Amino acid sequence: MSVEISGLTKKFGQQAAVDDISFSVNQGEIVGFLGPNGAGKSTTMKIITTYLPPTRGKAMIFGQEVTEKPLQVRKMLGYLPEHNPLYLDMYVKEYLPFVGRLYGMKGKSLTTKVAEMVELTGLSREQHKKLGALSKGYRQRVGLAQALIHDPKVLILDEPTTGLDPNQIIEIRNLIKLMSKDKIVILSTHIMQEVQALCDRAIIINKGKIVADGKVNELQGTMQQVQVLSLEFSSPVDLSGLKALENIESIEEVNELNYTVKVSGHEDMRSQIFKMAGEKNWPLVGLKKEENTMEKIFQQLTKS
Amino acid sequence: MFEVFKKEVNSFLNSLIAYVVISVFLLSIGLLTWVFPETSVLEYGFASMETLFSLGPYVFMFLIPAITMRMFAEEKKSGTLELLLTQPLTEWQIILGKYFSGFMLVIFSLVPTIIYYYSLYQLGNPVGNIDTAGVAGSYVGLILLGGVFTAIGLFASSMSENQIVSFIIAVFLCFILYSGFGSLAAVDVWGQFSLALEQLGILYHYNSLSKGLLDSRNLIYFISMATIMLMLTHLVLKSRKW
Repeated sequence: MSVEISGLTKKFGQQAAVDDISFSVNQGEIVGFLGPNGAGKSTTMKIITTYLPPTRGKAMIFGQEVTEKPLQVRKMLGYLPEHNPLYLDMYVKEYLPFVGRLYGMKGKSLTTKVAEMVELTGLSREQHKKLGALSKGYRQRVGLAQALIHDPKVLILDEPTTGLDPNQIIEIRNLIKLMSKDKIVILSTHIMQEVQALCDRAIIINKGKIVADGKVNELQGTMQQVQVLSLEFSSPVDLSGLKALENIESIEEVNELNYTVKVSGHEDMRSQIFKMAGEKNWPLVGLKKEENTMEKIFQQLTKS
Repeated sequence: MFEVFKKEVNSFLNSLIAYVVISVFLLSIGLLTWVFPETSVLEYGFASMETLFSLGPYVFMFLIPAITMRMFAEEKKSGTLELLLTQPLTEWQIILGKYFSGFMLVIFSLVPTIIYYYSLYQLGNPVGNIDTAGVAGSYVGLILLGGVFTAIGLFASSMSENQIVSFIIAVFLCFILYSGFGSLAAVDVWGQFSLALEQLGILYHYNSLSKGLLDSRNLIYFISMATIMLMLTHLVLKSRKW
C-alpha cells in the first residue's frame, strides 16, 4: 500500500466537503478520481498534498503521514493544481530550474533533468518564451514538467485536461500515460472518456462520499443489469415473435425500421436474435449493443 | 529560502519594479534635498542631512508598500501560492525569502544617498563640519525603519488577494506605527501613560537613533516590530489550515 487514505473527513464550518472516505492505491496504478463539481475531489487532493489538513482521518504516503511529516511527503509528490497556476512573468528555462532547486536538485543533474523534461513534454521550441506567452496546451505541459521534474513517486493531477482543445487533450493524455510508468497517478476529472482512456481504476465520489471504487471494466460490468440493443431492418417487420425469447423485457419502436430492445441479465442475446431473424426472414441490417459507458455509470451514481 | 529570495529579486529586475522604486526614491529625495527651496540644504545653510532623514520615512511609507503589495496578494490570486506551499519549503522559508528580497531593494535605494553625505562633507565650512555620528545613526535608523515597513507591507499583502487593498492597509499601518502613536500620545487624556504610548511608535526610537546614539533598546524595538509583523504574516499563511 503506497498511498493510503483512511476515514478522511474535511469540514468547512458545518459542511463536510469530504466525508469519511477511505481508499488505497498501489504502485503503478493510475486512478481516476471522478465526481461532479463540488464533490470533494480537489479538497481530497489538497489534503494529500499537505496544503490543507484533514479534520479527521489519515492520509499516508509511503508510510509518512501528511500532517506529521509534510516536508517528506511533499518531496515524494508531484502536484498539478486545478487551473495550473504558473508564474507568468518567468521564462520556461527559468521556471523549471527554480522548481528543481526547491527540491534540492542542483548543478549538472538539474541541467540535464530540465533538458530531459523539456524534451519529454515537447517544449523545445517554446523554452525561451515567457510562461505568459504560451498557449494553454503548452502551459499545461509546463505544469506537468514542473510536477515531474524531481521524479516523484506519486503524481497528483487536478483536472489536467480541463479547458484544452481535443487535440491538446489527447496530447496531454499521452504525456500522462508516457510518464506514469512505475508511478502512482491520481487524477481528477469529470470527463468520462478520460477515465476510460487513461485509468486502470476509477473512484467515483459524490457529495464527499465514495459511491463506487473499482476497475474501470468491472464498474462497467456491474452496471450492466439491463442491456440495450438497437435493431435496424431494411423493410418494416412484425417483431412480436421476438417476445418468445427469454429475458426480453421490452421492445420499443423508434420508427418503422428501427427498434430498441431491452434485455435483462448478463447474457448476450445478439446471436439468438440474429438466428430468429434468419428463421423468420426479417431483413436485419443492424444489430448493436449499446455500451454501458462511464458516462451512464456516472449519471446513475451521482444523480441527486 | 535562498531560492525564493532569488526568484523575487529576479522578478523585481524583470518587471521594472526595482528600477522604478530606486529612481523614484532618489528623484524625490534629491529634489527635496537639493532643489525645493523649503527643504533644500543649500538654502538652509547648515551641513545637515536632516531632509533625507525626516522626509525619507514618508517616501518609504508609500514606496515600500508598493514593493511588497504584490508579494503574497498576487500569488494568492493566481494560485501559485498553493504550488509554493506544496513544495518542500516551510512557510518561514517563503516569508523570509520574500522579506529579504524586499529589504534588499530598500537598502539598495539608500546606498546612492551616501553621495549626499560626501557632498555635504565637502561643502561644510570648514570641510568636514558635519555630525558624522548623527548621520550614521540616522542611516541605521532609516534602514531599520525600512525593515519594519517591509515587514508591515508583507503582512498586509498576505491578508488580501487584492494588491490595492494590501497597499492601502500597508500605508495605513506604516503611518500609524510611524507617527500615529506619537500624535495620539499628544492628546491630553493619557496622563502618565502618554510616554509609554509614544514609545510604541517608530518615531520616538527613530529620533533617538538619529542623535547618533545606538542604544540597544531602540535596536531591539525595531527588530521586534519587524519580527512581530513577520509572525503575523506566518499566522495568516497558516490560517488556511483552520
